[in-house]
Amino acid sequence: MHELPITESILEIALRHARQANARRVTTIYLVIGQMATIIDDSVQFYWDIIAKDSIAEGAQLLFKRIPASIQCQVCSLRYSPNQDDFSCPDCGSSKIKVVSGDEFYLEAIDVE
Amino acid sequence: MTQRISIVENILNANDQIAAQNRILLNKHSVFSLNFMASPGAGKTSLVERTIQGLQDNIRLGVVDGDIATSLDADRAAAAGAIAVQINTGGQCHLDAVMLHNALISLKLDELDLLIVENVGNLVCPASFQLGTHKSILIASVPEGDDKPYKYPGIYRGVDALVINKIDLLPYVTFNMDYFRKGVEILNPGLVTFPLSCRTGEGLDHWLTWVREQVAGA
Repeated sequence: MHELPITESILEIALRHARQANARRVTTIYLVIGQMATIIDDSVQFYWDIIAKDSIAEGAQLLFKRIPASIQCQVCSLRYSPNQDDFSCPDCGSSKIKVVSGDEFYLEAIDVE
Repeated sequence: MTQRISIVENILNANDQIAAQNRILLNKHSVFSLNFMASPGAGKTSLVERTIQGLQDNIRLGVVDGDIATSLDADRAAAAGAIAVQINTGGQCHLDAVMLHNALISLKLDELDLLIVENVGNLVCPASFQLGTHKSILIASVPEGDDKPYKYPGIYRGVDALVINKIDLLPYVTFNMDYFRKGVEILNPGLVTFPLSCRTGEGLDHWLTWVREQVAGA
């Protein structure tokens, strides 16, 4: 449900940088989203088609790079992908863990003409 | 000719900047603030009422209530003795930093020591939007079930304290406290946790003591 404000933010960032570069058109937007970030690509695309209309980013392609979740055990240093319902270390069983990747949520780049 | 512009900007950067301004505003007026997050029906407003009742002799308390519609919660907070402001999000599933900012500037912050922000009942969206409050509190409740940390890891990972409300219902519902706590421990090791019942008052003292300490130490 919060994809609308997120999509508005994406548009705002893209337009701001496109204007700074004196671009006529934004053709592609590269988004980096961690697997643990709660966002649905299809919803963003749906809102995008509506809110980017009549802007220089109308019709721009949204590319989502999904970063898999990765966890590191703080006891035995094992790095692993979390299981659906158990994040603890599959090797030593410790729950002292740190999320190394999967939280990413940024706009990486845009292609402009 | 196509040109690539490297940006690398957090998508919620605009919200986060307003959140930082909110924090500065709160600090300027020496107001300590808590962001209450929970699913609908977990007991956010009941905990707000209990906290007001337990602290109002020494602490000047304000409440900002976020809901999609109605002022029912702000009315309850005001009836309990706090200065209360209602934000109606008009359908939006979470509070954001701008909404809180507008509420903050309508409050006489100099007359407050503690501000409780009651977020919209939702275990997903509020976790993504920083408000600028000092501590985030998650209120879980026994009837929701013991699998919630596993199903909503994002919100469990990002909070500073956990309240487990409605422990008076433990004899009547299936809730494995060990399984629940294991899920919490994995997501947020060492998280300070307050099992309590807003209905019976059991366990409330520990919570109120903690809030008092937080306000005093701020």
